[in-house]
Amino acid sequence: MSETPANTPPENGTPVSPAPVSPAPESGASADALVPSLNVTAWSPGEDVIQVTRHPKPGPTRSTWRAFAETARGLKTTFARIAEGPSTIQYPEEKVPVYPRFRGRHKLHRFEDSGLEKCVGCSLCAAACPADCIRVVAAENTPENRVSAGERYAAVYEINLSRCIFCGYCEIACPFDAITMGHDYELSDYDRHDLIFTKEMLLAEPLERTPLRNEGE
Amino acid sequence: MTAAAPLAIVGYYEPWWIQIIKAIVIFAVGLQLVPVVLIAERKLLGRFQGRYGPNRVGPYGALQPLADILKLLTKEQFRPTTSVGFLFALAPTISILTAVAAFAIIPFGDTQDIFGTKVGLYGVDVSIGPLYLFAFGAVAFYGIMLGGWSSGSKYSFLGAMRGAAQLISYEVSQGLALVGVIFTAQTLSLTGIVTAQKGMWYFIPQFFGFLVFLVAGFAETNRAPFDLTEADAELVGGYNTEFGGGRFASYYFAEYLNVLVVSGIVTTVFLGGWLLPFGIHPPGWVDPIVVLLKMSLITFLFIWVRATLPRLRYDQLMSFGWKVLLPLATLNTLVTAIVVVATH
Repeated sequence: MSETPANTPPENGTPVSPAPVSPAPESGASADALVPSLNVTAWSPGEDVIQVTRHPKPGPTRSTWRAFAETARGLKTTFARIAEGPSTIQYPEEKVPVYPRFRGRHKLHRFEDSGLEKCVGCSLCAAACPADCIRVVAAENTPENRVSAGERYAAVYEINLSRCIFCGYCEIACPFDAITMGHDYELSDYDRHDLIFTKEMLLAEPLERTPLRNEGE
Repeated sequence: MTAAAPLAIVGYYEPWWIQIIKAIVIFAVGLQLVPVVLIAERKLLGRFQGRYGPNRVGPYGALQPLADILKLLTKEQFRPTTSVGFLFALAPTISILTAVAAFAIIPFGDTQDIFGTKVGLYGVDVSIGPLYLFAFGAVAFYGIMLGGWSSGSKYSFLGAMRGAAQLISYEVSQGLALVGVIFTAQTLSLTGIVTAQKGMWYFIPQFFGFLVFLVAGFAETNRAPFDLTEADAELVGGYNTEFGGGRFASYYFAEYLNVLVVSGIVTTVFLGGWLLPFGIHPPGWVDPIVVLLKMSLITFLFIWVRATLPRLRYDQLMSFGWKVLLPLATLNTLVTAIVVVATH
């Protein structure tokens, strides 16, 4: 087998580089057929030619030995996988623990002492949301009906989780740490309407469905 | 010896009802082995790849083959309009029939006394054992050939043609690999070959024959690394591209039964059949268990190789068959012949 394919016709006149690996012979030929008068190849490899060094082929004994040895090595490699055991995580039963900063489903918070909502209905989260999935309608706190610690509170607080991209900007924008990203990632549902989470759902203590990764794990 | 003895001279007579019971028992047990191999293959392939394999259907996924087969059998019997109807229906039948027929000659044990009647633990002990095997092996490729051709699809046709070329290339070597054993055992009966291995199993003196037979066996059963007839990467599914439902199940079944047949033949011819080493002579009922254990070893090797080796390129397959295996098999036969003649 020749290692220098005659991709350039000899009447071309241009010096052929020592080992033009490409272009393939047929591409040069077709280009010549298309523009016969110009008599140039479609693309000259120029300086991009990579010199391929081919070592002498091993003899029959050596290649037989190599075939056997390499096959045995392959068999050993696959058998080692059996010894190693499967690395599959059986998902619904086993779960990959998440990192503390994992951004899952949102949570709304209350003050632990007074039980009042931290959210004051300022709508900064809605303004920061790139997916435009948060809707806040604020209302005034009255002495009879005090919901939040501030002047106003969120009468409606909805997150459309079918639109949410879990970027966490709402968490950053919030001046009172009223909204944070939780760890729950199992959010599939049968109906899109069920993915609009209301304030009550976000305030409720979420099901601990997702294991948290321990320190150093 | 008479001019044409259809069966090996076994020195006893089996009544017809024994033969019928034998056929039913062997195939009832033998055909149950196919789903076992199926699940074993899928589980083992999983383990070889660092995963569990099927483990959802039944305990440890044990009912997976049942689910597979039920699913395939309840599917629509689809047939392309370009196909040749009669052959399209016939081809899987040929495949399965030849596989089952070849299974008949695998001896599972010595002649036993069951209720005062002498019974050989095999379907039939033909006096032309290996020839019978190769005859059905050759007919089996009609199943693949006709199936691929009658589908009326390019991919199926290519797969079928590859199958035909593969058969021609490898059956010669496979036959020659057995010739050495036949010389040494001086019989064509498979039970005779087993009893001739009392001193030493043939895979030691016939090591090259063993290797050639094993490699050719991979090719004959269309298993990796010689599964060019299927070659899912380039031929969609090869000869069985257009087959679905029960017909595909037949091909699938035949493939695994062929694996069992080749395992059984390797066990019988090279691994001493029901014999145990170091002069251990267990009672007769252990014989089939010994044979099945040896067969499962070879089947494990089949699966192991499938998990390891990539598929050969077509020209590599051809040059390997003709330039390596055939000379090796011929040389093995020649040397064996010389040794046998010199020592007798």
